[in-house]
Amino acid sequence: MNAFVTEKTLPPADAKEAAEREVLLRVDNVSLTFGGVKAITDISFDIQKGEIRAIIGPNGAGKTSMLNVINGFYHPQEGTITWQGQVRRKMKPYEAASQGIARTFQNVALFKGMTTLDNIMSGRSLRMHKNFFWQLLWRGPAEREEIEHRRKVEDIIDFLEIQAIRKTPVGRLPYGLQKRVELGRALAMEPDLLLLDEPMAGMNLEEKEDMSRFIIDVNQEFGTTIALIEHDMGVVMDLSDRVVVLDYGKKIADGPPEEVQASQAVIDAYLGVSH
Amino acid sequence: MFYREAGQFKTSYKADQALFPILQDRVGLAVILITAFAVIPALANDFFLTSIMIPFLVFSLAAIGLNILTGFCGQLSLGTGAFMGVGAYAAYKLTSIFPDANVIVMVLLSGVFSAAIGAVFGLPSLRIKGLYLAVTTLAAQFFLEWCFIRIPWLYNYNASGAIEVPRREVFGIIATGAEATPLARYFIVLGITVLIAFLMANVLRGRIGRSWMMIRDMDIAAELMGIRPLQTKLMAFAVSSYICGVAGAMMVFFWLNAAEPSSYSIRLSFQVLFMVILGGLGSLGGAFMGAAFIWILPVILKFVPGLLGFDLAAETVEHATFMIVGALIIFFLIVEPHGFARLWQIAKQKLRVWPFPY
Amino acid sequence: MLYDIFIDPFVQMYQMPDFFLQVLWEGFVAGILYALIALGFVLIFKASGVFNFAQGIMVVFAGLTLVGLNENGVPAYLALILTIGVMGVLAYGVERVVMRPLVNQPEIILLMATIGLTYFLVGFGEFVFGGEPKQMITEQLGLPTGSTAFEFGDRGLVILQHIDIAAAVIAVVMVTALGVFFNKTRIGRALRAVADDHQAALSVGISLNQIWAIVWFAAGLVALATGIMWGARSDVSFALEIVAFKALPVLILGGFTSIPGAIVGGLIIGFGEKIGELYWGGLVGGGIESWLAYIIALIFLLFRPQGLFGERIIERI
Repeated sequence: MNAFVTEKTLPPADAKEAAEREVLLRVDNVSLTFGGVKAITDISFDIQKGEIRAIIGPNGAGKTSMLNVINGFYHPQEGTITWQGQVRRKMKPYEAASQGIARTFQNVALFKGMTTLDNIMSGRSLRMHKNFFWQLLWRGPAEREEIEHRRKVEDIIDFLEIQAIRKTPVGRLPYGLQKRVELGRALAMEPDLLLLDEPMAGMNLEEKEDMSRFIIDVNQEFGTTIALIEHDMGVVMDLSDRVVVLDYGKKIADGPPEEVQASQAVIDAYLGVSH
Repeated sequence: MFYREAGQFKTSYKADQALFPILQDRVGLAVILITAFAVIPALANDFFLTSIMIPFLVFSLAAIGLNILTGFCGQLSLGTGAFMGVGAYAAYKLTSIFPDANVIVMVLLSGVFSAAIGAVFGLPSLRIKGLYLAVTTLAAQFFLEWCFIRIPWLYNYNASGAIEVPRREVFGIIATGAEATPLARYFIVLGITVLIAFLMANVLRGRIGRSWMMIRDMDIAAELMGIRPLQTKLMAFAVSSYICGVAGAMMVFFWLNAAEPSSYSIRLSFQVLFMVILGGLGSLGGAFMGAAFIWILPVILKFVPGLLGFDLAAETVEHATFMIVGALIIFFLIVEPHGFARLWQIAKQKLRVWPFPY
Repeated sequence: MLYDIFIDPFVQMYQMPDFFLQVLWEGFVAGILYALIALGFVLIFKASGVFNFAQGIMVVFAGLTLVGLNENGVPAYLALILTIGVMGVLAYGVERVVMRPLVNQPEIILLMATIGLTYFLVGFGEFVFGGEPKQMITEQLGLPTGSTAFEFGDRGLVILQHIDIAAAVIAVVMVTALGVFFNKTRIGRALRAVADDHQAALSVGISLNQIWAIVWFAAGLVALATGIMWGARSDVSFALEIVAFKALPVLILGGFTSIPGAIVGGLIIGFGEKIGELYWGGLVGGGIESWLAYIIALIFLLFRPQGLFGERIIERI
């Protein structure tokens, strides 16, 4: 696993540059409650353009809820989210999608009845516009549009090396491949911000290595900003530029991996201290 | 042996996304179409056309309509019968108001009314899912049925409360009414069904069809990928109801000649639902197979005792038919819950690798 | 027009309280019967997650069997015991032939299978006992048949059928018994475990097959009781099939898994329907009873998608 990680480790000049990059998304004092249960309490952090930002924390720390808030699936009771300079409180999920936020899910949320190809094509939905009557006819504009997007999708299929399962219904694929297809579907949206919810959960070492490489490639080749949740600390520390640590819905640390690793609060949260 | 795709290479995405990418499938479809348009009309007698082929096609179309909603968009509907009824009554009113207009156009237009009503009853689908949605469509079923009875304007204040199809000519050929020949009706019904099935096949392989399937498979993920749930579901309701409406209008105009509210009762809804489930949810070809099974089986059962030399009362035969259909539905669900369409695919797969098992 | 909708019905209720009370009573009785049908649904849904469409037909089937046996010379009580036996055989058969092979299928497939079962039972019932409506053997079973008229001041009479009172009493007894059974017995706990998760229940050694046979039998008994009560009010015929659909709005109101919910939902629908029909139905030509229940449930759903007793649904991903 370390073979490629050394390639990734940025020289200090890049790190400094990163600090000056513009902020893509900023979360300010966000709180989220379900009935009486506080899932997130007063959390603020930002995601800069072009970085890989990790969100970590023990189970139930509110990581997934945080992602759900960012892409509009949950609406926080307090606080604001600033997306590309625009302040917002409430947003429908499809609006988030149309503004360039894509994500993958902790428990694979693929469209089980569709093939790999159709699943990734579904990521292009927002960029296809031919209306119902052209679709009825098919010949002509609708078909041309479909082929044009098919080319883009085939590029993604090549990139992820899943040519062989193009026409296989995703329900029949093994778990690791499903995760890869899901990444492909999110990439097809050509997002500005890609949210990855535990992209390596339940994978073996080789699959993790592959997935890590894809994440780095996406970040470096396409320049996509990535926010990811992951439990494998080795992966998180190697991949990410900056890490935010949550525990019981509160932020307990924020900074570059080395700094976070050394933080006493983080060590306590993971090893456990008496509260 | 005969069904092999080896050696058929696709050199463009266009060829790869064709409706029937495999040569043998294209030949098979051509054979079916030639049979439907030339062989059957040449050989079949009136009984075969009116009692088997026309109802089969009408039900196939209705099953396609319901399949769009339930099979492709995942919204369970028990109101198909009523939506078909809306089409029938709309077509009846349209032909009464515009007696000189082309009756085929009127039938196709009548679907617009059922589409509108279908969309209205689809509105709650934004908040309500699964079995709960079945209540919405049951409300539609019983409310619309009540309307067919209680609003005399719909049946032109007939004393009987039924609608009777007047005689109309299309290009000099009698198309509707009692004098219309079975052959003329058959061609109209066949034409409309094939046309709509073809257009739907187009919609289903493109962006809109995909967005329906996204909602069906995982509505939350679909929404997070930019699909507007209400718009997409309403569209499925409208398109589905349009097709059901046209099927309902064809049912009275080209098959039954007359219909009363009870023709469009909940029984019809279930009949069409059975066709969709047995044929295969989410398969256009399955809609035809399901319709053939559910419609033709009872017709055959009716003649079996006579052929075997038994003399049973018509009533007894009908009861037995019910039992057999019910038992077969359970049987097929157990054998293959994904319907005939899946069985057909498995058969094709076996053919592909024949004579080896894998 | 507005007067007819918003004022006149209430004036009538005030001016003719005896009629109003009679309507309420009718609503109550109808509600009890809906609740009993819904109860059968709830039992099976709780234990297997199957929405049993055939419950309405099981009611007719049970009634038909009872009456049919009696017509063929079997004494009433023996016929009752035999019918219970028939329902037991049916439960075992359904478990063996329908449920067991369909374990782990999506709910729509199971729903379809029960619709198939409906068709089968309709055909079978008519095949054996004939299609024409039959008279329930109320007296032979020792159920009360008379009626009592209550004087209501000097304003008029309210007439209560004894059989309706008996129906209400039996419903209460059955609900209590089922409640105790579900909450206090070992089988009851196993039932709830099965309802939550089939595989998890199997893994701790609960026999799914046995549990399912038991709930289908219990639902069969509820169906028999419903069939007797219903048959005593009108007659035993397959027209009840349409009435059985009304269990769906009842379940929507009460929640699919709540026994008290089924009762409350049944009563709401029963009252709403009768009052709506008799006071407002005339404005649009009558007969609104056929769809009013669904509209009530629909409006209710739009405001509370989780039902009366359901918890707020938090969607997770």
